[in-house]
Amino acid sequence: MATATKKYVGKPLKRKEDPRLVQGIAHYVDDLTLPGMLHMGVVRSPYAHARIRGIDTTKARSAPGVAAVLTAEDLAGAIGPVPCAAQIPDMKAAPRPVLATGEVRFAGEGVAVVVANSPYTLRDAMELVDVDYDPLPVVVDPEKAVRKDAPRVHEELSDNAAYRWELEGGDVKKAFKQAERVVKLRMTNQRLVPMAMEGRGVLAQYDRGDQRLTLWSSSQIPHILRTQIAAMLNFPEYGVYVVVPEVGGGFGSKLNVYPEEALACYLAMKLGKPVKWTEGRRENFLATIHGRDEICDMEFAVKRDGTLLGMRAKIFADLGAYYQLLTPLIPTLTGLMICGCYKLPNVRVEITGVLTNKMSTDAYRGAGRPEATYFIERGMDAVAAELKIDPAELRRKNFPKPEDFPYATATGLIYDTANYQGAMELALKQAEYKKLRREQAAARKKGRLLGIGVASYVEICALGPSSAMPAGGWESATVRIEPTGRVRVLTGSSPHGQGEETSFAQIAADMLGVTMDDVIIVHGDTSAVPYGIGTFGSRTLAVGGTAMYRCLENLRDKLLKIAGHLLEEDPAKLVLRDKRIVSKRDPKKSLPFGEAVAAAYTAKSLPPGLEPGLEATNFFEPSNFTFPFGTHVAVVEVDRETGDVKLLKYVAADDCGNVINPLLVEGQLQGGIVQSIGQVFFEEAVYDEQGQLISGELTDYALPHAADIPRIETYHTVTPTPVNPMGVKGVGEAGTIGATPTLVNAVVDALAHLGVRHMDMPLKRERVWQTIQEATGGSAGKARKAR
Amino acid sequence: MGLEIQVQVNGKNYQSEIEPRLLLVHYLREVLGLTGTHVGCETSLCGACTVLVDGRAVKSCTMLAVQADGSEITTIEGLTATPEAAGGLHPVQEGFWEKHGLQCGYCTPGMILSAVQLLRDNPSPTEAEIRHAIAGNLCRCTGYQHIVEAVEYAAKKLRSRKR
Amino acid sequence: MIPAAFEYFAPKNLDEALRLVERHGDEAKLLAGGHSLLPLMKLRLSAPRYVIDIGRIRALHGVREEDGRLVIGALTTHHDVESSELVRQRCLLLAEAAAEIGDVQVRNRGTVGGSLAHADPAADYPAAMLALEAEIVATSSGGSRAIPAGEFFVDLLTTQLRPDEILTEVRVPVAGRRSGGAYRKLHQPASGFALVGVAARVRLGEGEKIESVAIGMTGVAAHAYRAATAEQALAGKKPGAKLLGEAAGRVTEGVDTLGDMHGSAGYRRAVATVYARRALEAAIARAGGKTA
Repeated sequence: MATATKKYVGKPLKRKEDPRLVQGIAHYVDDLTLPGMLHMGVVRSPYAHARIRGIDTTKARSAPGVAAVLTAEDLAGAIGPVPCAAQIPDMKAAPRPVLATGEVRFAGEGVAVVVANSPYTLRDAMELVDVDYDPLPVVVDPEKAVRKDAPRVHEELSDNAAYRWELEGGDVKKAFKQAERVVKLRMTNQRLVPMAMEGRGVLAQYDRGDQRLTLWSSSQIPHILRTQIAAMLNFPEYGVYVVVPEVGGGFGSKLNVYPEEALACYLAMKLGKPVKWTEGRRENFLATIHGRDEICDMEFAVKRDGTLLGMRAKIFADLGAYYQLLTPLIPTLTGLMICGCYKLPNVRVEITGVLTNKMSTDAYRGAGRPEATYFIERGMDAVAAELKIDPAELRRKNFPKPEDFPYATATGLIYDTANYQGAMELALKQAEYKKLRREQAAARKKGRLLGIGVASYVEICALGPSSAMPAGGWESATVRIEPTGRVRVLTGSSPHGQGEETSFAQIAADMLGVTMDDVIIVHGDTSAVPYGIGTFGSRTLAVGGTAMYRCLENLRDKLLKIAGHLLEEDPAKLVLRDKRIVSKRDPKKSLPFGEAVAAAYTAKSLPPGLEPGLEATNFFEPSNFTFPFGTHVAVVEVDRETGDVKLLKYVAADDCGNVINPLLVEGQLQGGIVQSIGQVFFEEAVYDEQGQLISGELTDYALPHAADIPRIETYHTVTPTPVNPMGVKGVGEAGTIGATPTLVNAVVDALAHLGVRHMDMPLKRERVWQTIQEATGGSAGKARKAR
Repeated sequence: MGLEIQVQVNGKNYQSEIEPRLLLVHYLREVLGLTGTHVGCETSLCGACTVLVDGRAVKSCTMLAVQADGSEITTIEGLTATPEAAGGLHPVQEGFWEKHGLQCGYCTPGMILSAVQLLRDNPSPTEAEIRHAIAGNLCRCTGYQHIVEAVEYAAKKLRSRKR
Repeated sequence: MIPAAFEYFAPKNLDEALRLVERHGDEAKLLAGGHSLLPLMKLRLSAPRYVIDIGRIRALHGVREEDGRLVIGALTTHHDVESSELVRQRCLLLAEAAAEIGDVQVRNRGTVGGSLAHADPAADYPAAMLALEAEIVATSSGGSRAIPAGEFFVDLLTTQLRPDEILTEVRVPVAGRRSGGAYRKLHQPASGFALVGVAARVRLGEGEKIESVAIGMTGVAAHAYRAATAEQALAGKKPGAKLLGEAAGRVTEGVDTLGDMHGSAGYRRAVATVYARRALEAAIARAGGKTA
C-alpha cells in the first residue's frame, strides 16, 4: 500500500470509539430525549393470516396520556408502501403497507399505532385497541405453498411462487451423462433471527418553520433511508435529515426500511411533537427481518477419482409474506456463489422464491453466501463419503490453482485472486489434522463419537459493482483537512460496531503523516456526509475505505504541490512524515504539515492554477467484487446418550487480503464464528402450522453464551486483491460463512461410521440423539457398555 | 399514587417519587437520565441492563425501583468513580478497550458490571470461571473470546495493584 | 416490558405481611426477589391488583442449623444458598442445585421461597427439596404448618399454599454419615431452566447396600415429583452399573411426560434416565466417600 509511512496500518490498535462505549456515555436512539417527546407503539396482529373486520380505537383514544391512535384507514394512503429495491424478472408484486390494510399476512404485522406521553401510558393504552379478526387459512411450508391447492398469501396473486430464477453455465446434461457417480443431498438452511442486541429504534422530529424532518434511526443505511422516507411520505428529500447515532449491532437487520420509520415521521409531522419508537425484543423477533430459510436439493456429477463434473441445485427460498428492501435478491446470491471454491464447470441452479405467512427474510450476516457455502460444503462431504475419499483431499483435488485467477465461475462471477489450498494446508497443519484422524480412529474403538469437520469457503465481498447491485454499489467519502491541520473524514458508510472510526483513521493518519488523534471519522449524519450506500456486505473498508483513500491521495498530492512550491522542491521528491513534509533527497528541506495546510487556506502563496482549500470528495465504483476465502476445521465430541455436542477445538485460517487492523479482523472472525455456532447448535425461528413464531422470545430462541464456546484459534494467509488499491477484501461475514458447514461436517463425521450421512441444522441435542437412535436401531444405550 | 424512594446512585443521593410499577432500569434511564444501562430484552435473559445493587450484579429490568429503596447502585457511568478505577477508567473498562472486548458496545455496560462483581468475589478467575460469570450476559458481536481476555487483563491489573 | 399498574405494600414484618395476605390474598401476589413474578408481570401474563413486597422482612433471610436440620429462610437468595459454607458442608446437593439456577444475576436476586411457591415445572429447587425430603413451612395468621415437599407440588404452577399463607422457610434434614447427594441437569439452552433435572440422595448401609434413596425429578412433568418406582428398585440393594441403569430407566414410569420444541416427551424420558443414572452415580460416590 502506497503510504508515506506505515505507523498505524497493519497494527492491532485499540479502538477510538471505545472510551465512550465502555463508560456508558455513548448514545443509541433510545437514549435520546427531546422536549415534548411522545412515544409510539405498534399494535400487532396475533394472527398469521386474517381479514380485519374492524378496529375499535375509541377506548384507546380516550385513555389518559394518549395523543393519537391511527389505523390504515386513518392514514388513507398518506404513506407509501415499504420499499423493495430488488427486481427479478417476472417477479410478482408483494408490497407491504406500513399498516395492514384489510388483511394481515404474518403474525406481528402492525394494524394500528398508538401515541402517548410516556412508555407506561402507551403500554396501557395499547391494550385498549380492539381489533376484530376473521382468521384465514395459513401457509408456512414453502414447498407446500407452491402447490395449486395451497392458500394464497396474497389473494390477488395467482399463486405463492414469487419468482423462479434460473442460471446455467456449461453443459450440465452432458456432465451428468459422463458422471461415474451421482451424489444427491437434500439440505435445509433454517430460518434465523438476526437478534442485534439493540433492537430497532426511531425518533422523528419535525420543525414546521424550516419544514425540516429529522429522523434518528438505528440503521445501516442512512442515505437510502432518507431517500426512501422522502418517497414514502412524498416529502422533499432536501427536507429530510437522517441521523444514525450509535447502533447496537445490525447483522443485516438494519439494512432495511421499516414501517415504523415512516410512521414516526408521519406522526411527528401530524402531531407537531417529536415521536419515539423503541422496539421491544418480542417485536424484534416478530417484525424485524429474518434470515436464511432455504431448502436445497443438490446433485453432483462426479468421477470416481473425485473430480467434479457438474452440479444441479434446486432451491426453495422462503421469502415471508412481503418484500422488504432486498428480500427477493438474497437467494440469488446463493445461486451465484453455489460453485464455492471449486472447479465446477457445469452448473444449473433453479431458485423458487416463495411467499408464506411469515415475517420477510432478508439480508442476515452473509446474506445468501452462508447458504451457498453450507450447501456446497455439505455436498462436498457427501461426495467424499460416497467416494470414500478424505474430505480434505477431495477439496484439494478440485480447487483452482493460484495461477488460475482471475477465475471465471460457471455462474458468471470472476473470482479475483486466491490460494485456496494455501489456506487449507495452514488450517490442517494448525489443527494437526492427521493426528486428529488417528485420535478419532482410536476414540471410535472405545465407542467415543469424535468428529472432525473441514470446510473451505469463498465469499463475495465489497458489494459491489453498481451493475450488479440493486441501487448502486459505489461508496463515497469526503476528506477535509481543516485549517488547524486536523483531518475530518466524512464517509458514506455507516458502521455499527465494526470499528471504522479506528481503521479509517489508521489509513488517513498514515497517508497524511499525522497522528490518529488528528483524524476524526464522521458517519451516519446525512446532513454532514456525502450521499452514501451504507455498511453491509463486507464493503465498508474495501469500497468506502477506498473512496477515502482516493481523497487522501488527492489531498496528499495537493499538499506536496504546495510544499514543493514553498520549499522550492520537486513535489515528487517530498514525503509526508511525522507531521512534516520532508524532501527525500535533502531532509533539511522540510516544512511542518500545519504550515502547508495553512498555506492552502491563506492562499497567498499557492502554485499557479492550484485552488485554495483542502477538501476532496470521491465516489468509488469498484470494478469487481472481492472474494475472501479460507478453511476452517472443527473437532467435536457427541454424547451418544443425550446427543449433546461438545465443541473441542476450532481452527480457522482466513484470507481477507491486506489487513489494516488485525485486532478488528480477529474480532469480526471470532464473532462470526460464534454466530455460526448459534445457527448450527441453537437457533431457529420456528413457526407452527398456524403461523405462530413459537421461538419468538429469548426464553425459547437460544443463543450461544460465553460458557458454550471454546477458545477459537485464528490464522491468516494474505492474498491482496487487485480490485482496490489497498488490497483489502472484507471480513465482516467470513466467520459466519465458513463455520456453519465446518461444524455440521464435524458432527456428521462423528456419526459417519454409524451410517449417518446428513443432519439438518440446528443440531439440537434431540435431533442428534434421534439420529443416533435411528442409526443404531435404538441400541445407543447398550453401546455404552462397550466403553 | 407516587411512592417515595431514596437511593444512592454512583455515590449521589436521590429522592424520587415514583409509580410502584416503575422498573429500576426505567428509573435509571428515564428519571435519572443514566442511559448507559441498556435494555436488550423483555424476559430477563440478555443481561444488558445489569447494574450493581449493594455490590451485587442484578438485572435492573427485573427489579422494581421501589425494591431498590435504600440501596446503593452502581451503573456503568459510576465505575470511573470507584476506588478500583484509581482516577482513570476502571481496570475492567480498560481491559475491554485494550483487548477489543466490544464491537457495537450495547451489551458492554452490563457485561462490564458482571465482570466487576466477578473480580470482587474472585480476583483470580480461570477462563471457565469468567465464562460462567458472564453467562447471564449475551453478546452478539464478539464471540466472547475478547471479553474473556478483557476480564483476564483486568484481573491481572487489579492483582498487580494489590501487591 | 411494562407491568400493569398495581397497589404496592411493603410490610416491615411478618405479622403485617400476614394481615395483608389475609385481606388481599386472592388478588395479591407476593414479591420476594421478583425473578418469577416480574417476568410474568412485564409480559402482562400476570396483572395482580396488589403486590405485597415481603423482601424487607429481615426474619425471612438466611440459613441456620437447628435440631439436625438446615433452616433456610424463604428470602434467602440462590447465591446465598450456593455460596453458604454451611449448606455446602451439610447438603452439597442443595448448593449444587442452587448453582444451576439461571445465571449470576438471577441467583443474586431470586429466592428459595419465590422459586418454590412459583413451582415452575422446570425449576431446580423442587427436585432438590423432594430428594432431600424437606419440609416447606407455610404461615398464616392462624399459625404455621410444615408441608412435606412430597405433598407440596400439586400441579403446573400450583402448590399446597393457600392464598392467605406465606412460605416462610424450608427445613432440610441434614444427612448423616454415609450419605451423599447430587444434582444433575440438562439445561434448556435458551431459558436455562431444566430440560431434565435430577436430584438424587443416597444413604449407604450395611454391606454397602443402599439403605435409603430419594430421587427428585424436574423438567419432565407438570410438576416436580419423586421417582418412587426407581427408588423402590434401588432400596436395600448393592449399587452396580446394572442396577443403576435399570432403576434409572424407571424414573419416568407412570408419569405424564411433558414435551415441547426443546425436547419431546420421548427425548425427555430418555435423558431423564441418563441423568438419573449420572446423579445416582455421583450421589453414591459421595456417600461412599465423605459425607455430603
